[in-house]
Amino acid sequence: MRKHVPKTPRLVFPVCLAVCLALLASVARAENTLDVVRGRGVLVCGVNTGLAGFGLPDDRGLWRGFDIDYCRAVAAAIFDDPGKVKFVPLSGKDRFTALQSGEVDLLSRNTTWTQSREAGQGLLFTGINYFDGQGFLARKKLGLDSASKLSGASICVQQGTTSELNLADYFRKSGFRAETVVFSTADEAIKAYDSGRCDAFTTDGSALYVQRMKTTSPDDHEVLPEIISKEPFAPVVRQGDDRWFNLVKWTHFALLDAEELGVTSANVEQLRKSDNPEIRRLLGVEGDFGAGLGLPADWVVRIVRAVGNYGEIFERNLGADSPLKIPRGLNAQWRQGGLHYAPPVR
Amino acid sequence: MSPAPYLRESFASPSAAPEARSDFLALWRNNLFGDVKSGLITALIAALAAFALPPLWRFLIADAVWSAPDGALCRAPGAGACWAYIRAKTPFFLYGAYPREFYWRVDLTFACAALLIVWLLWPGARAKGAAAIGFFVALPLAGFALLHGAPWLGLPVVGTNLWGGVMVSLLAALVGIVVALPGGVVLALGRRSNLPVARWLSAGLIEFVRGVPLIAVLFMANTMLPLFLPPDWAPDRLLRPLAGIALFASAYMAEVVRAGLNAVPSGQTEGAQALGLGRVATLRLVVLPQALGAVVPGIVNNFIALFKDTTLVAIVGIFDFLHTVDTARLDPVWAGPTIAATGYAFAALFYLAFCLAMSLYSQNVEKRIGGGGRH
Repeated sequence: MRKHVPKTPRLVFPVCLAVCLALLASVARAENTLDVVRGRGVLVCGVNTGLAGFGLPDDRGLWRGFDIDYCRAVAAAIFDDPGKVKFVPLSGKDRFTALQSGEVDLLSRNTTWTQSREAGQGLLFTGINYFDGQGFLARKKLGLDSASKLSGASICVQQGTTSELNLADYFRKSGFRAETVVFSTADEAIKAYDSGRCDAFTTDGSALYVQRMKTTSPDDHEVLPEIISKEPFAPVVRQGDDRWFNLVKWTHFALLDAEELGVTSANVEQLRKSDNPEIRRLLGVEGDFGAGLGLPADWVVRIVRAVGNYGEIFERNLGADSPLKIPRGLNAQWRQGGLHYAPPVR
Repeated sequence: MSPAPYLRESFASPSAAPEARSDFLALWRNNLFGDVKSGLITALIAALAAFALPPLWRFLIADAVWSAPDGALCRAPGAGACWAYIRAKTPFFLYGAYPREFYWRVDLTFACAALLIVWLLWPGARAKGAAAIGFFVALPLAGFALLHGAPWLGLPVVGTNLWGGVMVSLLAALVGIVVALPGGVVLALGRRSNLPVARWLSAGLIEFVRGVPLIAVLFMANTMLPLFLPPDWAPDRLLRPLAGIALFASAYMAEVVRAGLNAVPSGQTEGAQALGLGRVATLRLVVLPQALGAVVPGIVNNFIALFKDTTLVAIVGIFDFLHTVDTARLDPVWAGPTIAATGYAFAALFYLAFCLAMSLYSQNVEKRIGGGGRH
């Protein structure tokens, strides 16, 4: 009887597997992202589904924010047009799959740089563009000038976040006890804090300023100086395309260098006549430093003209010119006591 | 043999005719305080209303901020709902990021859809066949050309990544309805068919779709599909959830329609055949009108559920109406303690209005069918 068993079903599995592998291979093939983007005529950028200051649609639905301006900067370098970007809002779960599958060219979505993400998921982080870290919000009238005085306090935190874990670590390390009150959403946590249920509220530093605005009187609350965790945000690209990696990385460095050399969106045209050799190299008046990236010599001029330098992007979206009023802090240039230090264009 | 113990031997004496009352107050008094139990329930409900309604009134109307340039006024202590914020965000809530100069294209599409729906549903309207062709064939084509764009007609393309708000919610519901009605009828007929292949295919599809949650299909479409297909092959990010919703709605609709088909007595089919009607004519003229008429409440119930289920597309990053409300409240210009509550109250009113309208229509249809004496 055995030989009458038709053989085709046995072939079905190998054939399916082969087809799937072929399709996967066609996705995973080393491709030149810059050529793909140029051919498509638009940069596809993965962004947050909504985070104040970093990426949020405005009243007309146009995307605005710190991460958004990074996408526009890359588009400006390639097309000389910051409008040639298609934004794909991605949830925290979707973001890496969308990048790995090639659905987006670049992930600019307040993504924390960690070892496992880079070494385990085939990703490359192009350079820290925002140094974030977990902080505390407390009432001014309590007179706490430091988080170390929170001993015995109750602290509101969102459940299931790294904030909750970091908080536990922090207390274990520093050896004092505090009551942790968890809530399923950040909104509930800040509301409970506002109503006096907790003495302090904790989350990432950049989000603290947003949450503070949801309290009944934002001016009565202060952000404590301590940062208890490292959350370095960086734009992310796929592994396997070094040229594209370099382009995104150097867009970031160019924004920092432009700020350091005082090149702004207002004076960039006029500074092309500058005598400062560093500025002349940066703006492509001397040498052709864009060629190695596959870009024209005036690539930095295009970027700065479109979105300004790093400082302008920061102040417009997060800092003094925005409702958030986040101080530069760690995100200042190295000469101003911050951590931003970009290699030179030369 | 004595009669069974449960049979009466004599007629019950007739009770007195109820006293005719046209007195409005007395009617309410009897309804609300007829006996101790209903009196207690009335008092309890009145107490609850007295407890809940004044704060609601104060928040939504009396203390509300009706116009303000930014969130400062809304953040003031004691301020109620921030309607000024809703007003500022209205373009985003309605159209997402659709370019302002093309709002008319969206307006025109939905005006046509509304016109055709009213035409189809209006009792005694003429040429309903033309309306049906318009709704199920012409509208999808014209709608696609208008919303997405047709360069050969001089309408520039507007990418679906810019679509959002009420527009996407209504679109998802419309696509679901346009596909689900014919699709559901086809699947239901297939499941009752004598042809084994058609029967198995229909039953398999229906049971498969009903067996997995919609969220799983949406995740599969937007997270897994791009991994299996080369980037250029994967369909549009909005099209994928729309296809998933249409498939779902069809499967659920098929079971409702099948219930209607089962409710039509077989004598109806036999009678039609005896009169010499063919299979298609029997179905079209005799069976389907009775079957669909019998399950109007079920169909409308499905549509109401479908309309609210469209909010699930937010999970895969599509900006439907609820998602725009959810996103807009993050805007730091407006951030404040009442913003989230205002946004959600507005969304609740929106969904309530739409679902109530559908439900009222369904009740109206039932009344008409009941009054007409269907059988």
